[in-house]
Amino acid sequence: MSVNVLVVDDSKLARINAGKALCALQPDWQRLEAGSAAEAVDVMEREQVDVALIDFNMAERDGLSLAADLRERHPTMPIAIITANIQDEIIARAREINASFVAKPLTAEGLQGFLAGAALRLRTGG
Amino acid sequence: MSAIDTIELSELEKDALTEVVNIGVSRAALSLRRMIGEHVLLSVPSVEVLSRQRAATLLVQQGGDQLVAIKQSFTGAFSGGAMLIFPQARSLELVRAVTGPEMSHDEIVEMEQEALTETGNVILNSCLATMANMLKRPLTMSIPHLVKGDGSDLLDQVDDEGDVGLVLFLYITFTVRERDLRGYIAMMMNMSSLLALKELLNAFIDETMSEEL
Repeated sequence: MSVNVLVVDDSKLARINAGKALCALQPDWQRLEAGSAAEAVDVMEREQVDVALIDFNMAERDGLSLAADLRERHPTMPIAIITANIQDEIIARAREINASFVAKPLTAEGLQGFLAGAALRLRTGG
Repeated sequence: MSAIDTIELSELEKDALTEVVNIGVSRAALSLRRMIGEHVLLSVPSVEVLSRQRAATLLVQQGGDQLVAIKQSFTGAFSGGAMLIFPQARSLELVRAVTGPEMSHDEIVEMEQEALTETGNVILNSCLATMANMLKRPLTMSIPHLVKGDGSDLLDQVDDEGDVGLVLFLYITFTVRERDLRGYIAMMMNMSSLLALKELLNAFIDETMSEEL
């Protein structure tokens, strides 16, 4: 089964890092990128997205707001909020919308738990 | 002279603030270490109440007058600005360190601004978020932006409220020996934030004391 993973981050460097970590852990997954929440919405209209990694601190619209919308439309999609803003409140808000929390800088090690869970959820159909 | 000008931190409050900053900055150093894969050394934080002008002079003394900074402001129970600062001459080396060895010189130059901003974002956020967690008050962080110039250019743009008078200035040096990189994390808060900060520090001190009993 082909899996599409969407990386949403306004930083190109962060998207490159996420790409590296994804490549190390799930080399067969197809990677899609968006540089803003608005771009992410566009991508999702065009493509099937199975897993989303979303940066929190973005101009215009933050990642938690985007993730909340995605969660409404995709109740079982594995979503991770990726941020160096490790405040308890941010983690709690991610949990509220049933999204995982992964700290920046993103490493394969840090992403491993989330991706393993996501792969399992996709295999068992939510 | 208003009442605010006379606010000072007691020895114990200063000690607690240094501790909170130390833990925040250590977390930031760990983030930087993960990004560049090299050991990051930190100085002991310096915590001082001084004039804006004196703070600018201090930055120039430490880093020279050709500086690059990534700035982020924070608001909440206490508000202010945080900066990751280093000499412009070494900025490409930092970009090289975070982008990895596979990038060409041209690619590194092209990525400079964006890579520096994201590096600042990660480092300042880890530091501020850790401090907010320890003091148990949420902080809202702005989007980071890049500034080049001398010490006063950097400080001018930290925040606009009350540019006269004194600021609480926190300052830490970090060094990456393997890459001959040296930089600074600086934080500035207006005196109006100091009262709120004092209260939170006292709550933190009380909690620490009660845990020890």
